[in-house]
Amino acid sequence: MKTKLIVSALLASSFLGSAALAQGVTLTIESWRNDDLTIWQDKIIPAFEAEHPDIHVIFAPTAPAQYNAALNAKLEGGTAGDLITCRPFDGSLTLYDAGYLADLTDMEGMSNFGDVARSGWTTDDGSATYCMPMASVIHGFIYNKEAFDEVGVEVPATVEEFFAVLDKIKEDGNYIPLAMGTADQWEAATMGYANIGPNYWKGEEGRLGVIAGTMKLTDGGWVEAHRQLARWGAYMGDGYEAQSYPDSQNLFTLGRAAIYPAGSWELSGFNAQADFEMGAFYPPVENAGDDCYISDQVDIAVGLNAASPHPDEAKVFLDWVASSEFANLYANSLPGFFSLSNHDVMMEDPLAQEIVDWRKTCHSSLRPFHQILSRGTPGLATEYWQTSVNVIRGVQTPEEASQQLQDALASWYAPQQ
Amino acid sequence: MEKKKKRWHIAIFLAPAVLVYSALMIFPLFGTLQLSLFDKVDQQQVFVGLDNFRTLFFNERWAESFWNALKNNTWFFFINMLVQNPVGIMLAAILSSKVVRFSAFFRTAFFIPTILSFVIVGFAWKLILSPIWGIAPDLLDMVGLKSLFAPYLGLESTALTTLALISVWQFVGIPMMLIYASLLSIPDEVLEAAEIDGLTGMSAFLKIKLPLIWPSIGIISILTFVGNFNSFDLIYTTQGGLAGPNYSTDVLGSLLYRTFFGFQTQIGDINMGAALSVVMFGIILAGVSFYLFAIQSRMRRYQF
Repeated sequence: MKTKLIVSALLASSFLGSAALAQGVTLTIESWRNDDLTIWQDKIIPAFEAEHPDIHVIFAPTAPAQYNAALNAKLEGGTAGDLITCRPFDGSLTLYDAGYLADLTDMEGMSNFGDVARSGWTTDDGSATYCMPMASVIHGFIYNKEAFDEVGVEVPATVEEFFAVLDKIKEDGNYIPLAMGTADQWEAATMGYANIGPNYWKGEEGRLGVIAGTMKLTDGGWVEAHRQLARWGAYMGDGYEAQSYPDSQNLFTLGRAAIYPAGSWELSGFNAQADFEMGAFYPPVENAGDDCYISDQVDIAVGLNAASPHPDEAKVFLDWVASSEFANLYANSLPGFFSLSNHDVMMEDPLAQEIVDWRKTCHSSLRPFHQILSRGTPGLATEYWQTSVNVIRGVQTPEEASQQLQDALASWYAPQQ
Repeated sequence: MEKKKKRWHIAIFLAPAVLVYSALMIFPLFGTLQLSLFDKVDQQQVFVGLDNFRTLFFNERWAESFWNALKNNTWFFFINMLVQNPVGIMLAAILSSKVVRFSAFFRTAFFIPTILSFVIVGFAWKLILSPIWGIAPDLLDMVGLKSLFAPYLGLESTALTTLALISVWQFVGIPMMLIYASLLSIPDEVLEAAEIDGLTGMSAFLKIKLPLIWPSIGIISILTFVGNFNSFDLIYTTQGGLAGPNYSTDVLGSLLYRTFFGFQTQIGDINMGAALSVVMFGIILAGVSFYLFAIQSRMRRYQF
């Protein structure tokens, strides 16, 4: 008797469950931006659902370092969400080639994005675009204005001024000059090498030269960037070898460090945490008046899981991502993520506006090793994490580090052989 | 003559364990073996024989990572064997002596880290040893030994040994408990007889107790061996997937993780991953067989 009751209760609940589902469609977004969970839940998704009450959206992020691996496993197992947040270039291209991402070239919203914005998620021959671009991030340095005033230094424009500022802060002794550690490795590469490097390899000129095979990673600028990076170690905090990424963020926001080699994505976190005034400057150039180059990386987009049971509803969401409403909402909810669309986006955050204005004075360039050059094994993207850390710690000379990268690339990349 | 009855109940009683074990262990094990003989070409799994193993051992880069991981893993095991087990035996010997007070409290205190999750242990020690927020530099400063402090987890020279010692700290409770139990099972008459013959204290331990606990020490060694060559969690939680600095804490488990599941922009390769895990299986199998056939069969057992 009792079992019958339980069985009927279970049956009833499963019926009720499916009835609830029939009222609307639920879309799940896979993402690595777990820092943005509350912003998606409180601002972005409610704005979308207000317009489309029949579509329910769930933002389900994974930790950044595990995202690619977890996503691959989910796609292979057929359990991935309907919408896939896309890493730029080859990370997503392999997913498209394997048939996991749908072709979005013909979507109406795509016309709101220029070629550069789409380049991160377009096939090599340019025939298909498979993710709707969302935002780019810019590298530079964020500094503590109060610390600069206290020590009596100005924003540096040239490399020598930059190191003079670091020397003065170090002498003063109250602040750690550079808030960066090498425990997690990727900061040294992304916020170090890829941040200051474009000035030395002349941005896109150098990057495309390596892809075309006309330039080697052991050529001038590529080695010089390692040489500059090697000078940083002396200005980082005691025990920086065991300092992790969150440690560095906390050191800066607690006011214990003066300069933070940054990506613009830090802004929303820093605005909430730091109670001092912050400023930003772009990577200093060699001689005053030189052309400046910044790393302006197309970073994040969203695509459609080819196996999604609700492709039409997902496309409604994707078109909304291409709208000016989303562009404004996203850029202002997450200052530091700059919209890639052609819409006019007004930014309320002055520091974010300052950083995005660097585009007017400097040449934009992509991170060096994301397009094509990480396609083989060993991929340069992971390899240069290691070399960047090694030159900072002084266990590898800049020349050896560059040689290692060149050898790694030449081992599988035909134009460099 | 009575016909011999078929003994169905044996099969029936064995079935649940056999089924569960086959589904969860045997089947995946052979699945992995099979995967290691294939490679993905144009989205298709193609049989390639022993090619993956050839790559693992003879491709310059793969071989370098593999031998580095094996070397680190061996050192990790070596420290565990050399520190964890002697300390465990010592603690058990002290706790089982009747003159120690509060032994129940100490026994619990030493055992507690064992029941903590790797993640908690990893993060706790990472914080303790952090040069920025950690209490280790301050504690050393208090006793005037600040100069001894270094960012232990961040230096190539010390990171692996530090991790091994953290693992020792966490698991010292297991050898302690096992040895403690076998020490308690030694009958008092034996010890009293020895005492009458003039053996007390240290010599009683070395000549009477130690020979009686050798089998337990053997079991502990094999547990340590299997545990260490499968280790991954502690390294991953404290050093991340790249097992930094400069791969100095990379063990077979973390190399397998990066190979099989991929890391950051590196895409996972299930076939190479399977080949690596087959090699790991082989290493552990060889170690356990060596123990079973070469050591355990020669061990003398005493019965009371």
